[in-house]
Amino acid sequence: MIQGQELLRMEGISKSFPGVKALDNVQLSVKAGTVHALMGENGAGKSTLMKCLFGIYHKDEGHIYLEGKEVNFSNSREALDNGVAMVHQELNQALKRNVMDNIWLGRYPLMKGLPLVSEKQMYQDTMRVFNELDIHVDPRTVMSRMPVSQRQMVEIGKAVSFNSKIIVLDEPTSSLTEEEVEHLFRIINMLRDRGCGIIYISHKMDEILRISDEVTIMRDGQYITTRQASELTKAEIIRLMVGREMTHQFPPKIQNPYTEDIMRVEGLTAQYSQLQDVSFSLKKGEILGVAGLDGSGRTELLENIFGAATRKSGTIVKDGKQIRNRTPRESIANGFALVTEERRATGIFGILNIQENTVVASLKKYLNGILLQSGKMSKATDSMIQAMAIKTPSQKTKIQSLSGGNQQKVIFGRWMLTEPDILLLDEPTRGIDVGAKYEIYQLIQNLAKQGKSVIMVSSEMPELLGVCSRILVMSGGRLAGEVDADNTTQEEIMTLAAKYV
Amino acid sequence: MTTVKKSSVSTTRVLEWILDHAMILIIILLGIYTAIRTNGGFVKLANIINLLKLTAARLPMALGVAGCIVLAGTDLSGGRMVGLAGFIAAIIIGAMSGGAMSPVVAILAVMVTGIAIGFVNGFCMGKFKLHPFIVTLATQLMIYGLYLTVSNSKQIAVSSFANQPMFYVSGQPVPWYVLLAILITVVMWFVWNKTTFGKNMFAVGSNEEAARVSGVNVLFTIVCVFMLAGALYGYTGFIEACRIGNSSATLGLSYENDAISAVVIGGVSFVGGTGKISGVILGVLMMQLIMTAMTFLGISGGVAYIIKGAVILVACILDMRKYMTKK
Repeated sequence: MIQGQELLRMEGISKSFPGVKALDNVQLSVKAGTVHALMGENGAGKSTLMKCLFGIYHKDEGHIYLEGKEVNFSNSREALDNGVAMVHQELNQALKRNVMDNIWLGRYPLMKGLPLVSEKQMYQDTMRVFNELDIHVDPRTVMSRMPVSQRQMVEIGKAVSFNSKIIVLDEPTSSLTEEEVEHLFRIINMLRDRGCGIIYISHKMDEILRISDEVTIMRDGQYITTRQASELTKAEIIRLMVGREMTHQFPPKIQNPYTEDIMRVEGLTAQYSQLQDVSFSLKKGEILGVAGLDGSGRTELLENIFGAATRKSGTIVKDGKQIRNRTPRESIANGFALVTEERRATGIFGILNIQENTVVASLKKYLNGILLQSGKMSKATDSMIQAMAIKTPSQKTKIQSLSGGNQQKVIFGRWMLTEPDILLLDEPTRGIDVGAKYEIYQLIQNLAKQGKSVIMVSSEMPELLGVCSRILVMSGGRLAGEVDADNTTQEEIMTLAAKYV
Repeated sequence: MTTVKKSSVSTTRVLEWILDHAMILIIILLGIYTAIRTNGGFVKLANIINLLKLTAARLPMALGVAGCIVLAGTDLSGGRMVGLAGFIAAIIIGAMSGGAMSPVVAILAVMVTGIAIGFVNGFCMGKFKLHPFIVTLATQLMIYGLYLTVSNSKQIAVSSFANQPMFYVSGQPVPWYVLLAILITVVMWFVWNKTTFGKNMFAVGSNEEAARVSGVNVLFTIVCVFMLAGALYGYTGFIEACRIGNSSATLGLSYENDAISAVVIGGVSFVGGTGKISGVILGVLMMQLIMTAMTFLGISGGVAYIIKGAVILVACILDMRKYMTKK
């Protein structure tokens, strides 16, 4: 492979689904030895374009050339065999099998002259790839025992093991710590030096500007432009992506007119996680942020308050009364709501429609005797579609066909119908594009304006600073400190976050 | 304070260990208890070999259905398949008047029949995405119907050469099908652990989509697992007909339930993608042990069923612990 030579060219790609033109004459050109960022809001057509490349969707029009030869892959395996690999955001792995079984799945090496799989060779080949990439994972570890970040590294190792020329990384850093991101970037740089072409899909502007050489921007299924990354700024990318100036990343914070505490948490300690002795109070109408590194107990804090995890000790007082919140059911009755971190796994019911997803937590309200009234349910759903500005063809659309941002809005709507006083939000904007993020921030501000209290966990510090009034910093399962969002710096938060590590 | 904490940690450890090894512990304790209650009668060599024989007779079938369960599926057609295979074996052996080649021909015939039915099961599951419960619920009815139609519900005697001893242990005869069961088990261990097919089977059971995008022929894998199971049911039918000495409409009745129970007790989870050959052996042994122990203890049919059912439940609860993450 010669550096700078065109490896992959997609041109005139169009793809329609019933009622939507998902891709309209889109082009993409990836050169050897470059990182090519593919950007656009959710629904802009990035993943559809990639699915056309891998043959998961059949393109209606257009041509794909790999090193000058026209190709038409009919499935991902064929693409892999031709040196085109993809590391998906939602990892597709056989979790009960070990690392090397996953890497060599579909192409197990056999012992000479025997129909038996050579574990020894699998082990050696895996170690070779891992050593090359500086990945420290035992090839015999069962996948389900490893954190997502390591599983992602394994997936990258798998892509490399195919000697891929083109590697597509879809939101590769969404579950990585900063240190792991650095490692990933080292791997990417190494692959680039080898002459691979990397297609990098991400919403994180800073990463894009740091790692990529070229940036292609898509909007509403159309190709907008391809630029050198060095010529671009964050503001310029956002402008190209949303097609309008975006001067503010965050909506203005509202002044909280309330002063009284709605909840007081005292000495909260978890039974099965390291969460230990956390005490804080929450005001009515307040947006309280929770910062900390991965594994610092942020999610555990929310789960313990909500009764989704077992509490060992500690008290929760709401509106002056001590409450128990032993199960999510009890917590919901006490006016709590939890928007979980992993939207796909614990948020949406993928094959159910918007209406079913919206009303599921408040079904009691639509009862007439023992039967649910569909009229009431569709009215409630409509009101939430409007209030949350959910973009969907109809209530009967399956939620899995919506973009991440719209799915998240449906989940917000679901919880609004339970009329909670306290909303617990765990990474509410993870995997959501810039425009939709702004809408989610706006929603959160509106909730606060209505007098609802919000506790929001996020690993993106600018987001916490831009949305919250006060930020709790977790470290090693303990509360390391509390800062005023308007008078603090990212450095101060980071120092606190490292306090008990 | 620290010492208290330490001891409580080690107590939970011991408890965890006991729970993790509960099944094997129960087997040992039950064996000891029954031995004491029967004044050693239960651990006499004759009985131990009898237990071994029963286990050997049922093990191949369990190994077959275990593969289907690893796929996160199941197979209800096994029992009726055993019945049909027993009939086919009886006819062939009868027609060849028990000649030296007749068992070989009979085994081949019943295995081919099993493979054919396994193909139908696997194809319907893999191609039309039907749940194997439904597919095999339907096919087991058809197999039974087929048997009734061709046999006219007649009993056929089979020469019981399956029981001919292969060798003697302290004067106790051990029939040759025990050796065959060991052979089949060894082969199955290699198939599960050392072949591409076996690894693909586990991958499909663990995450079908991951297997597909990695280029595994999912349909082929599913069909093969069911065909292999069918072959083993056929073999079991042959052995059972020869062992019992006749083929009748009740041959194989509820064998599939016993096999599935044994496999599940042995830790092959319905979650899919997990399971070990050693677990299947242990599960079958456990089932036979419980049944013989209850006979020895004089526990009546009704209570015996209750105990059997309870054992299955407890085994599954213990097994599920491994997949639950505590929060």
